[in-house]
Amino acid sequence: MKNKDYLDELEAEAIYILREVAGQFDRPALLFSGGKDSICLVHLALKAFRPGKFPFPLVHVDTGHNFEEAITYRDNLAKKIDEKLIVRYVEDTIKAKKLQDGKGKFPSRNGLQTYTLLDVIEEFEFDACIGGARRDEEKARAKERIFSVRDEFGQWDPKMQRPELWNIYNGKINKGENVRVFPISNWTELDVWNYIKRENIELPSIYFTHERECILTENGQLMNTNEFVQREDSDVIVTKKVRYRTVGDMTCTAAVESEAYTVDDIIAELKEAKISERGATRMDDRVSEAAMEDRKKGGYF
Amino acid sequence: MDLLRFFTAGNVDDGKSTLIGRLLYDSNSISTDIIETLTRQSKTTGVNTDIDLALLTDGLRAEREQGITIDVAYKYFSTDKRKFIIADTPGHIQYTRNMFTGASNANLAIILVDARNGITDQTKRHTIISSILGIPHVLVCINKMDLVDYSEEKYTQIENEYLTFAKQLNLKDIAFIPASALAGDNVVTKSDNMTWYKGKPLLEFLETVEIAEAKQTDVSRFQVQYVIRPQTDELHDYRGFAGRVVSGTYKKGQKVTVLPSGIETVIDKIEVNQQEVDVAETNTPVVLHLKDDVDISRGNSIVPSEHLPKTEKEVTATICWMDNAAYIPGQKILLQQNSFRTKAVVKEVISKIDIHSFKALDSDGAMKLNDICKVLIKTAEPISFDSYLDNRNSGSFILINENTNNTIAAGTID
Repeated sequence: MKNKDYLDELEAEAIYILREVAGQFDRPALLFSGGKDSICLVHLALKAFRPGKFPFPLVHVDTGHNFEEAITYRDNLAKKIDEKLIVRYVEDTIKAKKLQDGKGKFPSRNGLQTYTLLDVIEEFEFDACIGGARRDEEKARAKERIFSVRDEFGQWDPKMQRPELWNIYNGKINKGENVRVFPISNWTELDVWNYIKRENIELPSIYFTHERECILTENGQLMNTNEFVQREDSDVIVTKKVRYRTVGDMTCTAAVESEAYTVDDIIAELKEAKISERGATRMDDRVSEAAMEDRKKGGYF
Repeated sequence: MDLLRFFTAGNVDDGKSTLIGRLLYDSNSISTDIIETLTRQSKTTGVNTDIDLALLTDGLRAEREQGITIDVAYKYFSTDKRKFIIADTPGHIQYTRNMFTGASNANLAIILVDARNGITDQTKRHTIISSILGIPHVLVCINKMDLVDYSEEKYTQIENEYLTFAKQLNLKDIAFIPASALAGDNVVTKSDNMTWYKGKPLLEFLETVEIAEAKQTDVSRFQVQYVIRPQTDELHDYRGFAGRVVSGTYKKGQKVTVLPSGIETVIDKIEVNQQEVDVAETNTPVVLHLKDDVDISRGNSIVPSEHLPKTEKEVTATICWMDNAAYIPGQKILLQQNSFRTKAVVKEVISKIDIHSFKALDSDGAMKLNDICKVLIKTAEPISFDSYLDNRNSGSFILINENTNNTIAAGTID
């Protein structure tokens, strides 16, 4: 048998997993953020289910701190592929539950979005939520199953994970529980970009280089200046040619200096990159060694 | 560029995590921010070097605290030649189930042997599991050669001892490499300390080993995952069976049988990403259309009429018990084979396999965590299967506890 390209193998695995979700669950959802990983998921879902409709809606938890480009992209995509899009707002959760909004210079709603996510799961009784997390992102994720069972509080228990063998995915759950499903678990950041290139997938413009006014933080990160960030006179403001490696909240996602105008440029840059994706762009993982593990135990994606 | 999935078996004591760390580190697969974190961490918990490479793979807090690997961790790296997925599995006997899990998808096993200790019970256990799971290539990495003065004699002695042991097993391809993960000998670059070794260093070996699909036959197998029925005006009669070509190839016009019903029909159309194709090869996600309007649902098999799998309500299999709770005789379970699921019951525990000698021992009917047993399973619906040694996909299954929904065992069909 001839050896297939590894992207074919990764694609086949992801499509297989998406179809398993369709076959095993009554009310699945695809969590869509407008970022490159969930954009790839939508592309894979088109391959898995067309000419039929998706057996799940797209769901976005909007923190209110999202980049406009990502939101516009999200709305256009949902319209273009004619699939249902459900949006729920962290802002509404904060008001309804009288929660404390993120504080500090770069107020993060990263922890708060877990409340909205759990609420939307309850509202629609979703029994499976498909997400674009990858195991190469973070070492707690490296241990998570592709079908990851969460209890009714959305909690992940790393010590009680089901064994996952061959291509057999056990999605049996009790009422109230749900499963988080990660079809591109085995992809790396570079794999995602190689796939975007091969499949000619369109992306929000902020992934490519552009001039942007940023605050240069003490540890050298370039943070977008926007209405949510508390400006101070001592801020070092610089205008640089930057792009985003991940598209998270404006308040806690850093830009990276870049000359990448095309997907090819990005791939070339990544091959030379010495800093990991999350390390380069996320302020929230720097808090502690087990930050991601703790957030996942609390219901985070 | 192709993809090699391999797993590593061994303990931190054998230098397994250090070996993986070394592969990633020396192939420039670790980013500087992660090295910084590691350096900081190594100062507090590290045991041996400036950077404790083992900390790279131990992702959970409990693992870092106890200095052991508990769960399977997946790591990724690539070179110009290949992309690699490593399943890093724990070595201790109490984690046999995790090793079983990590090994299930692998095409190659790296079994670590501490040159000072030679072949141990653990080496035998890892080798036997590799044999049960039909891993196509086994690479025995004789590590810590620096601690035995890079002795060729010691290496040859271990090699011979291993081959004698492995003779009774079902391993097709065994290779040996003398190395020191800590010192970097024969990991990425060839060692000057062992000029007597004429083979390749580990990374080069991994880059060039020919990837054999795990004992795959060319017999075509396909299981329905999901039925696509758009039910729109223009696609009113569209009814496509979505799934993956598990093995072999499927052709337009091919005579096929639907199982378990046994109804014969012909493949009318094959679609890949909405494009019609004449032939679909192994591992391709497809949508099959059949000539006749046959009643087919998820979990049914569509197979070539001249090469039918067995379809029965009883299977004999080797299973690894994976649940913390021991087996309760008569316990109601579900059997899942890819997308097919049925109620089932273990009718008989035939024997228990001694994990260090591969001998079949008399069974007292009990099965507890990490036990490997030969069993007879009775299913409510007939299951279509091949022997695991012929087909890793149609010959494997898991057992699910109907109450807790946990995966309690994994099996390979005789």
